[in-house]
Parts: sequence; C-alpha cells; structure tokens
Amino acid sequence: MDLFLHQILSGLATGGIYASVALALVMIYQATHLVNFAQGEMAMFATYLAWALLQAGVPYWGAFAITVVSAFVLGVALERIVIRPVENSPILAVVIVFIALLVIFNSLAGWIFTYTIKPFPSPFPAAPLFGNSYVSSHELGSMAITLVVLLLLFAFFRFTPLGLAMRAAAQNPVSSRLVGIRVGWMLALGWGLAAAIGAIAGMMVAPTVFLEPNMMGGILLYAFAGALLGGIDSPGGAVLGGFIVGVLENVVGAYVGTELKLTVALAVIVGVLVVRPSGLFGKVHVTRV
Amino acid sequence: MTAISIPLLDVRGLAAQYGPTRVLHGIDFAVAEGGITTILGANGAGKTTTLRAVCNMIKTSGEVRLAGTRIDGQATETIVRQGVAHVPDGRGTFMNLSVEENLRVGAHVRRDRGEVGVDFERMYAHFPRLKERRRQQAGTLSGGEQQMLAVSRALMLRPRLLLLDEPSFGLAPLIVQQLFEILRAINQSEKIGMLLVEQNAAMALALADHAYLLETGRVVMSGTAETIRSDESVRRSYLGY
Repeated sequence: MDLFLHQILSGLATGGIYASVALALVMIYQATHLVNFAQGEMAMFATYLAWALLQAGVPYWGAFAITVVSAFVLGVALERIVIRPVENSPILAVVIVFIALLVIFNSLAGWIFTYTIKPFPSPFPAAPLFGNSYVSSHELGSMAITLVVLLLLFAFFRFTPLGLAMRAAAQNPVSSRLVGIRVGWMLALGWGLAAAIGAIAGMMVAPTVFLEPNMMGGILLYAFAGALLGGIDSPGGAVLGGFIVGVLENVVGAYVGTELKLTVALAVIVGVLVVRPSGLFGKVHVTRV
Repeated sequence: MTAISIPLLDVRGLAAQYGPTRVLHGIDFAVAEGGITTILGANGAGKTTTLRAVCNMIKTSGEVRLAGTRIDGQATETIVRQGVAHVPDGRGTFMNLSVEENLRVGAHVRRDRGEVGVDFERMYAHFPRLKERRRQQAGTLSGGEQQMLAVSRALMLRPRLLLLDEPSFGLAPLIVQQLFEILRAINQSEKIGMLLVEQNAAMALALADHAYLLETGRVVMSGTAETIRSDESVRRSYLGY
C-alpha cells in the first residue's frame, strides 16, 4: 500500500511536468492547429540558461525569474521572426520549421554547453517535508509550483481582458481583427507564455532527469500523449491528461516493469483514443449551421 | 469645404480582388455623418466584397476616407480602432466563447469600463434573448440569435461607422422588423453612420437615406433612397411590385 501511494504521489509530481508541457502544446495548437515539436527543446534550452545563471552565482529564485522572462521573450521573438513568415504556408512547411527549431536548439545546446550530463539543483530541501516517507520535498515542491502556474494561467485566460482577447484570437482570427484585436501580437504572446511554462517545467524536471540536450525528448512524448488523452483542444483536459499519464507511467513502471512503462502507457492512451477520438475532455465539435 | 460637409465615409475608386479575380472595378460611394447608406445588388454583385474592402480584409486599391482621414492600406484592426465596426458575412461568432464573452470581446478596444457595463445592459434590453442565454456557448445559438449577437458585438465598440452585411439574413420577418427599428433608433440617438448591404431591398431602402445599386462590381445607379425606390427598373428587379 505504501509503495502504491508513493507511486501515485511521485506520478502526480511528474504528471505536473507533463501537464505543463501539454498545456504549452495545446496553447500553440489552438492558434496554429499544429503541435510544436520544438516545445521540449525550447524548455531544455531555457533550463541551460538557468544553469548558466546559477553557475555565475545568481541565487536560485533570481535565476528562475530571469529564465522565465527570457523564455517568454524568446518565445515571442520566435513567433514574430520564424513562425510569422510561414503562417499561411502549407502545413508541411510549418511542421518542417518546428522540426528545424527542435534540431537547432538541440545542437545549439550541445555546442554551447556540451553533451555532458550535468546535475541541476532543486530549490527544495533534500530531507522530505513533514518527515513523510512517501514523497520527496522536490516532488512536493514541483507539484506545488506547477499547480500554481496552472491556476495562474487559468485565472489569466478566464478573468482578464487580455486572456479573453488571446482566446478569441486563437479561435477566430478574422472576427478578432474586426473587433480591433491585434491578432499577430496575441499569437506571439501565446508563444511567449508557452515558452515560459515550458521553461518552468524544464527547471522542475531537470533535478530528476539531469540536464542534457536530450532531456526533454521523453517528456515531450508523454506530454503529447497527455494532451491527446485529455483532448488537444481542451486546456483543462490536457492538464488532466498530463497528470493521468504521469501516474500511469509510475504505477506501470513499479508493478509491470520499467521496460514496459512507455508501452503500457501509450497502449492505454491509444485505447482511449479509439473509443473517444477527441480525447477524454475534447469537445466533439457541434455547430449549428 | 466646411467641416459639416465632410462625409463620415468617403470612398473613391475602390477596387478589390480575390487572387487574380477582380470583383470590384473602382466604385465611389459615401456615408454622410450620421447617415445610412445602403448598397443593393444581386448575389455576386460585390456587396460583401465592398464591406471587406472598406476595412482592408482583402487586397484592395482606391481611396477610403473616414471623416476626411485616409484609412485605406491600414491594418484591419487599426481601422476598427478608429471606430469602424463590422457585422460580417456569416456573423463571425466566437463559437467557443459564451454570449457574454462575445460581447466583452466586442468592447476589447474600449477603456471606459463603467460605460461598457452600461452597454451590456443596453444590448440585453435590445435583445432579451441574448440575456437569457448569456452564459451559454455562442456556438449553440440559433442562426437568428447569432445575428443579434453579431449586431450587439459590433455595437459594443461604440462605433462611429457600422458596416452591416445582410443583418436580416436568417432572421424571422418579425425579428427583422425589430432589428431595423433598433438600428434606426441607434442611428438617431447616437448618430452612428451605417453602411448597410442587403438582399432585402425594401427594408434597406426604408431605413437608408442614400442608396447605390451594384451590378458585377460596378455602381450602376445611385441617389437618395427615395429616388431609387421610385425608380421603375429597381422596383421591378429588386422590390418585386
């Protein structure tokens, strides 16, 4: 029972990481109807930036803040400089750009920081909180941080005029222009936010998986699975999907074996999608004509 | 020329094309300050294109002046921010937003929060149906309700000029009557100029002060609504009596 509880809790911790990256994927998906394959590498690159800042002696939370802001700026810049010109190109052109970004960030990180695996510090104490034996402080801490980030985003999109304008711009750009929304900037902001969320996820996962240019590869896969499971057009569903995948991965890893955890997790997801193609919480689009 | 005589919207030589296909061949028209102009014509005459061209949603050439200032060539959202609201063809509903959020989006560029609240109530007073459904997803509204929503969303901008693309489309005759009365009332009380494109020529001519008749991208007749209404050929082709 203890083992099971432990697996659930640490599954929720990794699930939080998947949920964050899944949300980042969904945000880009809603605007472009494409999955940003470079999302993971962008997060990895941001994590390297945090590492470099820490090496330079910047205190953890200072480096954290600078990294999040830089990732946001980088995301906005990428949208404006790289994505904007191919906005109206055929889908494959945009996919190639995404893949190119993936490769570029990956090799850039390897070139600047080498491929040597680096330890990345956790901001949380090494001893478990409250003397519990189920979950480490880092797991608890990163769970708390991802939850706060997700709640803040929810509030932003739900209750602020800018959040509403961003949602409007993503779902109906033509009508958005007709009410005066600067659609281009809203999409760029979306990229910035997605990159910032990714950066936080990267910094939270790096202490566990260690820092190296390929560290986000598996995570992006799980996050994508989570997004699909929950429904790629539903932010809330994607977040829940991320958590489900995280727990599933951990429980399967403990009881079935580590070799099969990816297989079993993906098999379950394929099973769900066969029954519900738009995901557990995805909207089946019904429009009156 | 005195300030009074500068029209709210002054369009000269407006041409527009979809890809290589020219749809408008240089048309001139105007909307007086606080006036209502209607553009009539059969399907495919270029009515919707004219409205799209005014707010630069398609490849356009020609001069467009809003109260004397050139706005042609500006980005659509920039034109909108100067007070040009558009009730587009197909209604432009934000399907996944609630009715209330649709209206809120309409007021996106406004900064007078208090007044926006007042306008919410005004829209709900005009269209009680929208109030009943304000928490509902807009995609679930009927076509007629979405049309009311489109008009309300455009009015939430507090525009100087309202472009209306077939507002009667999909509405029951009784609702059309109501809608046109509301438009007339808003025009009179708030001096919002309107450019109305309509299939329903009788209704449009009753509301408008000036009318233009469009045939395959050219203005073939123009004048006061009165003149156009009494024209023999217009009566036979468009009014059906």
